[in-house]
Amino acid sequence: MGVGIQVEQLNAWFGKTQALKNINIKMAANHATAVIGPSGCGKSTFVRCLNRMHETIPEARAEGKVEIGDLNIYNGTPAVQVRRRIGMVFQKPNPFPTMSIYDNVAAGLKLNGFHDRKRLDEIVEKSLLAAALWDEVKDTAKKKSGASLSGGQQQRLCIARALAVEPQVLLMDEPCSALDPISTGKIEELIFQLKERFTIVIVTHNMQQASRVAEFTGFFLLGSLIEFDKTEKIFTNPSDKRTEDYITGRFG
Amino acid sequence: MATTTANMDLKPLSLQRRLMDSLMTGAAALAVVLVLLPLGAIFAYLVYKGIGSLNWAFLTQTPKPVGEAGGGMANAIAGSVLILGIASLIGVPMGIGAGIYLAEYGRNRLGNLIRFTADVLNGVPSIIVGIVAYGLVVLRQGHFSALAGGAALALMMIPTITRTTEEMLLLVPLGVREAAYGLGVSRWRTTLSITLRTATSGVITGIMLAFARIAGETAPLLFTAFGNQYWNWNMNQPTAALPLQIFTYAISPFDEWHRQAWAGALILIILIVVSVSAVRLAASRGMLKGAN
Amino acid sequence: MAGIGTSRVADTVFQGAMLACGLSVLALVGLIIYQLITKSSLSWHAFGWKFFFASEWDPVNDQFGAWPFIYGTLVSSAVALALAVPLAIGVAVFITEMSPRWLRAPLAFTTELLAAIPSVIYGLWAIFVLVPLLRQYVEPFLGRYLGWTGFFSGTPYGIGMLAAGVILAIMVVPIISAITREVMTAVPQQQREAVLALGATRWEMIRTGVLRNARAGILGGVILGLGRALGETMAVTMVIGNRPEIAKSLFAPGYTMASVIANEFSEATGDTYLSALVEVGLALFIVTIIVNILAQVLVWSVTRGMPARSST
Repeated sequence: MGVGIQVEQLNAWFGKTQALKNINIKMAANHATAVIGPSGCGKSTFVRCLNRMHETIPEARAEGKVEIGDLNIYNGTPAVQVRRRIGMVFQKPNPFPTMSIYDNVAAGLKLNGFHDRKRLDEIVEKSLLAAALWDEVKDTAKKKSGASLSGGQQQRLCIARALAVEPQVLLMDEPCSALDPISTGKIEELIFQLKERFTIVIVTHNMQQASRVAEFTGFFLLGSLIEFDKTEKIFTNPSDKRTEDYITGRFG
Repeated sequence: MATTTANMDLKPLSLQRRLMDSLMTGAAALAVVLVLLPLGAIFAYLVYKGIGSLNWAFLTQTPKPVGEAGGGMANAIAGSVLILGIASLIGVPMGIGAGIYLAEYGRNRLGNLIRFTADVLNGVPSIIVGIVAYGLVVLRQGHFSALAGGAALALMMIPTITRTTEEMLLLVPLGVREAAYGLGVSRWRTTLSITLRTATSGVITGIMLAFARIAGETAPLLFTAFGNQYWNWNMNQPTAALPLQIFTYAISPFDEWHRQAWAGALILIILIVVSVSAVRLAASRGMLKGAN
Repeated sequence: MAGIGTSRVADTVFQGAMLACGLSVLALVGLIIYQLITKSSLSWHAFGWKFFFASEWDPVNDQFGAWPFIYGTLVSSAVALALAVPLAIGVAVFITEMSPRWLRAPLAFTTELLAAIPSVIYGLWAIFVLVPLLRQYVEPFLGRYLGWTGFFSGTPYGIGMLAAGVILAIMVVPIISAITREVMTAVPQQQREAVLALGATRWEMIRTGVLRNARAGILGGVILGLGRALGETMAVTMVIGNRPEIAKSLFAPGYTMASVIANEFSEATGDTYLSALVEVGLALFIVTIIVNILAQVLVWSVTRGMPARSST
């Protein structure tokens, strides 16, 4: 079951440059929220602050309150523990190249100390099914390397890997931008199904994708959240002129 | 309209320039031949002069006293194994650790200093390393030893392995590390189980190349391990080593020993070539070793 | 799911351990400098600067002058470079610009194979193959036609400065060639095309479009080769004759800094003797460090920081 995300006064910096300014946003549980905006607007930074990945970059820091469910992740909890509750799928598929498909999916569990063989088999199958990859790899999962799959398959493998640890929230940073249209379609279908079990935040520069997949959308510009509302409203009747300029293609 | 063009494309290329071109091509080819000639000659002589003396006795016996025929270099081969083992035990972990530091934590001024120092250390003459190990170990112990020899060789391994390990770790894409962080894996675990694991074949290649290099080193052993006519497995005693034995025999006035020097040299070069090739082969297949 | 602690402690400990390994590299240099300076201080205080200019090496009377070794090191390295540089550059040019594609990798591999041969094996081959060759054919030939220069006079023993120079040349060709190839490949293709478009022959293109641009890097490679030649011990020791003499002729025996240490260190009786040898080592160390740093800087300026391995 997914949980809601509440962000209050979130600020983030790269060294001296401020990348996010006073972000306040409430994202509903078991729904998909799209994050859109032109290049450099801070949408990736925002999402990476939600699982404290932002601070892995040297000289980067973030301040504010981010509540995932009932846990304020900036309140002293170790980042490593935070990230175990939140799954992330990256722009470029990044399966572990020296591991088999099976081991890739099981990686999150194994690296955190879970070794029950039988249960692992069950969880891996469940995750690959949820990621719509099981049928394609069920015979070769233990033999073939994760890196031997096609781009679209690799991304689904990364989704399966994220799902295997049963996160409460799934973050996706432009998950389809490196994929062809058919793979993109498959993943969008997937997101539809996953919404029922997880809360999803998806960064996308593709506005059509946002309207296809997400119930809510937030528009970012130059580090600030300009408008956040139901997707339908953002794209048909935006309140802010800047939003309107963006979605009609006047810039970005 | 009358134009005076230079008609450059109608004039044939001057003979002098064409000759020069051919001459330089010939000169470069000649250089290649002149360089490959000694290489071929060395290998040819090693086989020609060494193969006759390579027999079971040679590989299993210790040297006979001067003047007597026969005997072998078994103790030297064993001694090399002992000394190289000690060197690897010290040098490999330190080198990998330093390489990990440079790649994962060392993108800063301290890291640059270490990087620069490692490159400089790679150029220190091996005889100097011998002097250092002498002062460090031999003087303290009061006698020559395999330990001192191993320490000297370890000193040579560390800078090499450091740099190759760093290089290989940097080849691992950032995305792989981020995938692990995203799963909530701690940094040290990510570095060892994911990053280092991905770079394994490259790191091992680097280690083997360093190993092959020190396997043939003689100078640092001259006054550390010192050599020994008999078997020795005690690391606190002077120990024979294959390159040392080759040297001693080669400069001696005895034909018998010259013969054995060639055989020893043949073994040494075979060992070096085999270990380098074996690792290169395993590396090219090793990338698919995924099972946990 | 099993949650393992905070791992903060483990992360800190791990980072500390890796840092310690990294610092050990710095400690190594410190160790070397410390050992060399402390063990040579006796000799330094006894002889001062004169040590490097005096020619008398007399262990019996505790008189030590290192000039013959410095001379021998310089001359053998100079001979080596004189032979190696044209050959190495020729090989590099051939492999990079002239060789047919299928030949490129095998040629590169074989020249690098030369670098894998241990010094003692070079020495072995040099004693029994190179030296007789020099003694029977090359040196008499050189003596007859070039003896008037003074460099090729005297009895051709085979063993001597020329033999040392030749074997050193063979040993440093791979390094100079590898660096030269690296910097030549780093020259952008546009440079070559620009020269060709002006109607140049291939050699002219190589000369002005590639070699000229890679000048600094090639010089760096040569200096790196020099660094290697200066410190080379075993092969030189086996063929140079090991006599602390200074002679104009290359046929004469000589002695290098590395060789005297190799030959006499384990038998040095007396503290001054040992200290003098260590002082020779200190001088060798300083010279090779400076030379190598200079080379690294030059190579780096062309390849922009790609790792320049000083020994393959």
